[in-house]
Order: sequence, then structure tokens, then C-alpha cells
Amino acid sequence: MPNDPKILVVLPALNEERSVGVVVKEVETAVPECTVLVVDDGSVDGTVAQAREAGAQVISNPFNLGVGGAMRVGFRVARAHGYDVLVQVDADGQHDARDIGLLLAAFDDEPGPQVVIGARFAGRGDIAVPRARRAAMRLLARYLSRVTHTKLTDVTSGFRAHNRAGIELFAQSYPADYLSDTVESLIIAAEAGGRVHQVPVTMRPRLAGSPSQSPLRAGLYLVRVMTVLVLSVFRRHSNPNRLRRPEAT
Amino acid sequence: MTGVHIIALVSALVTLTVIIELSRRRHLHEKYAIMWLAVALVIAVFAVFPGLFNSLAHAFGVKNPPDLLTVMAALFLLTVCVRLSWEVGRLEDHSRALAEEVALLRKDLDDRTLEST
Repeated sequence: MPNDPKILVVLPALNEERSVGVVVKEVETAVPECTVLVVDDGSVDGTVAQAREAGAQVISNPFNLGVGGAMRVGFRVARAHGYDVLVQVDADGQHDARDIGLLLAAFDDEPGPQVVIGARFAGRGDIAVPRARRAAMRLLARYLSRVTHTKLTDVTSGFRAHNRAGIELFAQSYPADYLSDTVESLIIAAEAGGRVHQVPVTMRPRLAGSPSQSPLRAGLYLVRVMTVLVLSVFRRHSNPNRLRRPEAT
Repeated sequence: MTGVHIIALVSALVTLTVIIELSRRRHLHEKYAIMWLAVALVIAVFAVFPGLFNSLAHAFGVKNPPDLLTVMAALFLLTVCVRLSWEVGRLEDHSRALAEEVALLRKDLDDRTLEST
């Protein structure tokens, strides 16, 4: 990590006019040297105007591509303009921008792609999650901990930082499939021989909007994630380009 | 296990292998892989336990179990066709939106080129 890294903070946003301005301002206060990029994923409200007014750069997708699709745009911008770090923050205000420093401090000096996850259930802050969902998340976390050789507790968190090599990797291969991007990206990082870190962060209730998961969607989500996992097992055992990493202690 | 069950089992296994191989090479998106994997698994289960299928047919009041198979297959293929039509419509909308966007960008670029000369 260079001493004075160029930081791009990406906020994927879909109809977040009530919170996006506040979040952009918070990020600018917390990390004054960064560039804030709002990727508007087909919003039909005042998201773009609010983001511009708060001083962010804005890219609008011509139609809705999903969070994964919005992040692909963010990674490509970061690669094209030579950013050292890409931080992903939700535009709904549930992540505390003051924690970005915690994420950045977690990178180590190893070469290769690195992802730092800001984890919600890792001790700080408290937020209510339905029990069934929580159990499923725990199983997922256990499997991904094994794949990435790191203890992970919150693999679906959208509060993340990526280093230069991580930006390179995800500018080519960030998964765009609906709902499974957070999980699959960790598998891709592990397949590429990358490192995943997790730091506990404070979660706040979102400033506006409602959680995007109804029970039906949550079920659909689980089926899809399970398929991604099963297929990844086949991919992992047949990828000759995969770098071998020593077992973590 | 009779001949027809062995044929069913073998084709289910071939389907499974092909689908897994295609998605392993990332030629097939998960959202399409899921339904074919599910169908292959169901057929494999019924091929190994034909009694299961017969009691299912019985429960639905179908006298001749193969009739149920035909109806199920037809319904499934109908669902697939409707879904694909829906997806094609969505793709058409997207490519039209992209074409419009490119046309607007072209106009913008032409205007700028004219201004600067």
C-alpha cells in the first residue's frame, strides 16, 4: 500500500434520494482525500441531483443492472484512473463512513488481491436480523471461511475495501448475477489466490428505504447462493490457474 | 430397474454433467443452470425409485403413471418458453435503451467537435 493512496469510494445507489446526499457528505468528511463516485443504477427519483449537489461524481447506468453490475462500473473506473483502493459503501446510510479508516488499516503487505470486509455481527453495534436468515448466513460464513482461510462472520456485507490487485481482478470478473455478488466475489478472490480480511464495524439502521429482501426473495437468494457454492466447488478443483496458498494457522 | 429407468438415469446424469461443465466454463449463467440441474436431479431420483413416481401419480388420481410424466414435461417446457420470451423482451428493451443512449452520445460528441473547429 503506498503512503498516499488514491482512494475511490463507490456508492451503488438505486432510488436513495433521501440518504445519498448525507452519505456522500459523511464520506467526504471522514476521508477528505478520496473521490466519491455514486453509481446510479437506474434511479427514477432525485438520487442523481442529490449526489451531485453533495459533491460526488455520478455515473448513471442506462437501466438497472443490480448491485453487482453497478460495482463492475465502479471497478472499471478505478482501474482506468489508476486508483490504489476502492471502498464500497451502501448509499442507504447503514454504514458509518468513519469506519472506512478501519477497513484501510486492515490491508497487509502481501502481494495479490485483497478484500477487507466490514462485518456487522462481529461485536460492534447491534442490529436485528431474522433468525432463519442468520442461521443461513452463519453456514455460508463457515464455508467461505474455509475457502478463504480466514475467519469470516458476515460474508454478505456491502461495506468493503479492495486493493489495487483486487481492483484489477474485479474489473474483469466481478459477478453481476442478481443477489449473489457479495458471496461469489469472495470465492473469486480466493480462487485467484487473494486474501480476505474482516474487521468489525458499527452498523446503523438505514436512513431511508426498507430492506430489499422479502421472505420470497430471501428464499430465492439462498437457492441461488447454494448453487453458486456447489458450482464453485467444481470450478475450484479444476482451475489450473489457481494459485496455491499455504493453510492459515 | 428396467430398461426405461436405466435410460432415464443415464440421460439425467448426462444432463447434470453437461450443465455443470457449461457453468464451470462460465458459458451458462447460474440462473439458467439452476432449473436444468433441478430437472436432472428430479429425473434421477425417479429413475432410481420408480415406486415414488407411481405413488405420486396415484396421489394425483392418474391411472397410467406415464401420462403424468407427459403432462409434467409439457407444463415444464411451457414455463421455460414463457420465461425465455420474457427474457428476450427484456433484452430487446435493453438494447433499444443502449442504442438511444449511444445516439444521444454521438450527437453530443458531434456538437462538441463542431464547436471546437
